[in-house]
Amino acid sequence: MVEIKNIDKSFGKLNVLQGLNVTIGKGKAVAILGPNGSGKTTLIKCILGLVIPNKGSITVNGENIHANWNYRNYIGYLPQIARFPENLSVKELFLMIQDLRQQKVNYDYLVNQFNLSPFLTKPLRSLSGGTRQKVNMVMALMFNPEIYIFDEPTVGLDPISCVRFKELVQSQKNLGKTVLITTHILSEVEELADEIIFLLDGKIYYQGSPIELMSKYEETHLERAIAKMLETYELKLITS
Amino acid sequence: MFKIVKYSFYDVLRSRWMSLYFLFFFVSTFALLYFSSDLTKSIASLMNIILTIIPLISTVFGVMYYYNSREFIDLLLCQPIKRSSVFLGQYLGLSLSLVISFVLGTAIPFGVYGLFVSDAVWNFSILLLSGVVLSFIFVGFAFFISMLNEDKIKGFGIAILVWLYLAVIYDGFLLLFFVSFNDYPLENAAIGLTLLNPIDLARVMTLLKLDVSALMGYTGAVFNLFFGTTKGMLFSFLSLLIWVIFPIFGFLRLAKRKDF
Repeated sequence: MVEIKNIDKSFGKLNVLQGLNVTIGKGKAVAILGPNGSGKTTLIKCILGLVIPNKGSITVNGENIHANWNYRNYIGYLPQIARFPENLSVKELFLMIQDLRQQKVNYDYLVNQFNLSPFLTKPLRSLSGGTRQKVNMVMALMFNPEIYIFDEPTVGLDPISCVRFKELVQSQKNLGKTVLITTHILSEVEELADEIIFLLDGKIYYQGSPIELMSKYEETHLERAIAKMLETYELKLITS
Repeated sequence: MFKIVKYSFYDVLRSRWMSLYFLFFFVSTFALLYFSSDLTKSIASLMNIILTIIPLISTVFGVMYYYNSREFIDLLLCQPIKRSSVFLGQYLGLSLSLVISFVLGTAIPFGVYGLFVSDAVWNFSILLLSGVVLSFIFVGFAFFISMLNEDKIKGFGIAILVWLYLAVIYDGFLLLFFVSFNDYPLENAAIGLTLLNPIDLARVMTLLKLDVSALMGYTGAVFNLFFGTTKGMLFSFLSLLIWVIFPIFGFLRLAKRKDF
């Protein structure tokens, strides 16, 4: 359960988030959509406590996240760009994170799912972009958290791993986990999300299920429905 | 936090630069002891090396380490770890590995020469203490400056300027000031101005112990006159400790509000 109340965030003169209110219920899978620079990643970073909002409050499982770090135990996060200490090997990285979180877990299953076993002893700097993303995924999934936050998860993944990832997310959803996902790939949204939050210029422009959105704009494809929604938004901007 | 100290510490120790840093002190200490017959003189020469090199290398390493470990920091900040622990852990990890390289690099030659059983051991200990404290101070400065500047080149430039100012330019200004106002009683001003520069403080502390009046300079002499040897040393040491705490508080405060 994530509750975001009236948050504002600006970087200098740029207002990235403006009075945003979002509640993400337990067991829901929510997709955050929006054009580049609409504030998706900033919103996610606010929830993680990486970016500190100028105003408003965020609670995760009832805990206010301000000056709090314990709540990150509930969260598995997959960042947009995989950044690691380059000198470590994959296995060392996994062990280090376990040591830091003081949680022993068995990640063999995930390593097999993503075919990572040949890379376990390789240093992270030698891995390809897609392999790094798989390492990232194992790290997000391995602690079995209650809330998953995926920032553009399937960028750079091969089709098999993409399918594996979606299966894993689906099974976690069925277990009642909360999933928050940002993506530009709308087929993923259709497959995984119960709800869409569409951000435009730091505000919520649309919130509801994908099916509702498609019926509202009388389209059979989510992509077309969103394109239509954006067109009407631009028309409004011009006429106003 | 101690886990982060541990990981940063091993990470830094594994780098080639740290062995070079160790070798530098090892070779120069050996050379100074070998070529000079007067022990106090070689300690004084070593002091001059330490007072310039330690602040410089600590600053450069601090800035480089901060910018290079941005990935690691990002990773840690997403974990259930307190923000201040992340940065304090990294700071201590780097500072401790610098300190260990320096202490081993100078202490081994001293030990080999059998000086730990001589009277020089106290003079040497004060020298080590100055080096250790200066390492902590300048790594702290480096962290503070690099946290303030996202731009690597700018952060690097500012850090080097701070070092240049404290290690070289400050003394020039001090001299200019004393010459211009030498008609006035300057003792209090001299003490005050020395307190504002950690490198000068470390120099005064070591020279008071070495008791080489020729090297003390005006400020050292004033310290000696005002406080006497023991009190003067204690006073300069306490002021140095304040200098250690000051940048740490600075970067922890910055870290609290920063967006990553």
